Amino acid sequence: MNNTTEFENLSIEQSQEFSDRQKMNIVIIGHVDHGKSTLVGRLLADTNSLPQGKLEEVKARCAQNARPFEYAFLLDALKDEQAQGITIDSARCFFKSDKREYILIDAPGHIEFLKNMISGAARAEAAVLLIDAYEGVQENSRRHGYLLSMLGIKQIVVAVNKMDLVDHSQDVFNAVCAEYTDFLSQINVKAERFIPVSARDGDFIATPSKIMSWYDGPTILQSLDEFKKEPAPVDQPLRLPIQDIYKFTEEDDDRRIIAGNIETGTLNVGDEVVFYPSGKRSKVSTIEVFNAPSTNSAFAGQSTGFTMEKQIYIQPGEIVSRADEPAPKISTQLKTSLFWLGKEPLIFNKRYILKLATARVPVWLKSINTVLDASDLSTENNRSHIERHDVTECVLETVKPIAFDLSADIAQTGRFVLIDNYQIAGGGVILEAEENSNDLITAHVIQREKSWQRSRITPLKRAERCGQKSTLVVISGPAGTGKISVAQKLEEKLFEAGRHVYYLGLDNSLLGIDSDIDNENLRDEYIRRLGEISHLFTDAGMIMIATVSELEEYELSILKRLNHPGQSLVVGIDSETLTDSKLDLHLDSGSNTEQSATAIAKLLTERNYLPEYYL
Amino acid sequence: MTQLDVLEAQSVYILRQAYRSFKDLVMLWSIGKDSTVLLWLARKAFFGHVPIPLMHIDTGNKIPSMIEYRDRFALEWNLHMIVGQNTKALESKQTFPDGNLDRIACCKKLKSEPLKHTLSGDWPRQVMNHKTGKYELDENPQAFTGVIVGARADEEGSRSKERYFSPRDHHSEWDIAEQPPELWNQFNTDFAPGTHIRIHPLLDWTELNIWQYIQRENIPIIDLYFDNGNGKRYRSLGCAPCTGTVDSTAKNVQEIIDELAGGKFADIAERSGRQQDAEDGGGLETLRRDGYM
Ligand SMILES: Nc1nc2c(ncn2[C@@H]2O[C@H](COP(=O)(O)OP(=O)(O)OP(=O)(O)O)[C@@H](O)[C@H]2O)c(=O)[nH]1
Ligand SMILES: [Mg+2]
Repeated sequence: MNNTTEFENLSIEQSQEFSDRQKMNIVIIGHVDHGKSTLVGRLLADTNSLPQGKLEEVKARCAQNARPFEYAFLLDALKDEQAQGITIDSARCFFKSDKREYILIDAPGHIEFLKNMISGAARAEAAVLLIDAYEGVQENSRRHGYLLSMLGIKQIVVAVNKMDLVDHSQDVFNAVCAEYTDFLSQINVKAERFIPVSARDGDFIATPSKIMSWYDGPTILQSLDEFKKEPAPVDQPLRLPIQDIYKFTEEDDDRRIIAGNIETGTLNVGDEVVFYPSGKRSKVSTIEVFNAPSTNSAFAGQSTGFTMEKQIYIQPGEIVSRADEPAPKISTQLKTSLFWLGKEPLIFNKRYILKLATARVPVWLKSINTVLDASDLSTENNRSHIERHDVTECVLETVKPIAFDLSADIAQTGRFVLIDNYQIAGGGVILEAEENSNDLITAHVIQREKSWQRSRITPLKRAERCGQKSTLVVISGPAGTGKISVAQKLEEKLFEAGRHVYYLGLDNSLLGIDSDIDNENLRDEYIRRLGEISHLFTDAGMIMIATVSELEEYELSILKRLNHPGQSLVVGIDSETLTDSKLDLHLDSGSNTEQSATAIAKLLTERNYLPEYYL
Repeated sequence: MTQLDVLEAQSVYILRQAYRSFKDLVMLWSIGKDSTVLLWLARKAFFGHVPIPLMHIDTGNKIPSMIEYRDRFALEWNLHMIVGQNTKALESKQTFPDGNLDRIACCKKLKSEPLKHTLSGDWPRQVMNHKTGKYELDENPQAFTGVIVGARADEEGSRSKERYFSPRDHHSEWDIAEQPPELWNQFNTDFAPGTHIRIHPLLDWTELNIWQYIQRENIPIIDLYFDNGNGKRYRSLGCAPCTGTVDSTAKNVQEIIDELAGGKFADIAERSGRQQDAEDGGGLETLRRDGYM
């Protein structure tokens, strides 16, 4: 019985084509100088994985420069690295065992290059962590261990290295194992195993060592093969973050393709899908491929594309999920655990960009719960900012709602990075959606109302004098729908009817009050200022008219809340972003300017903003 | 999913992310196997279309059939093809084959320099007119700020340290110690004014993976890679004077795969035929810091 299965396994192995073999990414981490690059170099050398002549070439160059040969030089390819005998950036090296192929990622151990270690580790599926037997557990042995768990790497083998420096002593080995096991248990991590090695001498790297006969476990090479390849998460709910929407019209192609990588789950032709955060729905019509057999399903891990039965307006960054499966969460407030790598600290009152899956939204630091030093697990509770290399539990608030999952539920859509000064400066995982506290805008408006210097002229008196109730009329719609002409026509009409009205032209605010906003990404800042300006105009008793191209629902909500207690009237011209329930009036670009302006004026009268006789 | 499926999905993801993030994006096409695979992956990513312009730097020393091959597929696949060249250096014979420069200096003159100036648009460059099949002067040479390159980490030491998205300063320099982090599938797609980004969708591919994929997808590849009777073929394509052939009788993709997987080239570095790598300790690193691909 046993023999049959063994035989079957063998024949399956043998029939596997080379290209069908699995490839696994493994990161090698640990404190500076504990021997990571040496271990990788030795592993490559002892398994004949180096290109012909490479070892001789590096040895010859060392001799030429009168330096002792180091296996690390096989990896530390940069001139600066060799000069300083230190790894600066993670290196990928390709390597194969009898079982599968590997990309070994040799990470740097120096704290200065923590960002490079993390870049390497974030690509890995498992890790080998080195601890120098002589130096024992050090700061970055612990920090790296902690970060692995944040990065979502669950499989770890610990190599206790430089056993030659401690006389290959089993006691020293056991002591290191005990200390590090204790540390890992504090962060709920369990190492697969501990292996005593001497990387320089090759003991227990690719071959067992006679010297440490007290150890009878696997070598590093064997332990790599013991790591399990996680299957693609096809059984989880579908999460397909939209990367882009293509409509290439060349050569009469009329497909409108929603493209993205399936993070988890399965997508089939005919599935009813829901897009988050918009909540819009459609049905999958086709799954698109190029130079591949046509298919009715796509799975986790695939970069795919599909077309829909009903064309709806959706945007890149939204997450596609299935109507028959659990939906992602939607919120503006996220309780997170994050690590900071930026040169500048992470601070309050500064706008950052958060990227989660394919979404990209402005974000603010709202509160800091605790700050942790990952090298000794000590915490602080009242910090005003986050320093480089700190780990923190904090609350972030996005400017608009985003769709996500808790990292405990779906890792791929439960993690994010923060951008500061054009660069990724931190990363983290979402612990919870914070629901029951005021968002920053609401808190601001409450504070503003409380401290507002009130005029002695009441709003009622103003309304009586002006013969109108003040309001903001905001006209939204795609470019080219004549919003501005309608706004100007409306202003003219109301003015001629004796009303106090002002149309704020887009350029007029961009050239003036908004001229310090630095780039096009700052639409949210433009909206914020428009909200504050509207608030002043409505406070002054005026009717203010503004146009905004394709106002999003959350933007409208910000605008209205900032204008509060001023009233707002929302007009859409062919609007695709605002649903009818958000609009007070829906116009289409087909009707002429005069008719449109008249319709708005009529609505203002009906709603009592422009009473015919005001007493 | 097989290894090739995983590699393909990741590269397609990177290409789409690049296309989404950068307005002024270009892809370098050297006609060699790696950048041809890259081009094919773009057709995968964009469902048969190539919405990104292709750029080729013609050193004047390229093997003639490479130009023929380039133009054939530029027409067939409807590519927006841009060609740049250091015509001054070629006219004044400031090159290695003319005996006036060493190999590394020649690479800088004929590759790094024209690349930089063709990207920025401040040297004249040619674009293909698909109606005539001929090249014409690019009247409005835009500056490209995102450049997609087919570098692989297994090629050589400094490439093993690359990011998928790698910011370069305005001198095209690569500040290796200052590379920003790259996490999970999040890349650095923002960049300060005056800087630009190199994008490397093929970093995780090995030479063997490239050939396996060429075979699986049946990608038309230039025949210089195959032995056509004299027992010699190119393993890596560069300029004729600096790229040697290897002794091999591999006549088709399968035979190349056999050579790489277990045969005579299983443990011989691909670029061993490229002379400029051997000139100083970190020849390619020097070139790369300077903007060579
Ligand atoms: N005695 C002894 N020395 C070793 C052993 N392994 C590595 N070393 C030495 O330790 C020093 C540092 O080794 P590296 O491999 O560069 O260390 P690393 O962990 O890669 O260092 P960074 O990447 O800079 O963090 C070198 O001088 C190695 O020769 C070992 O098993 N025994
Ligand atoms: Mg190292």
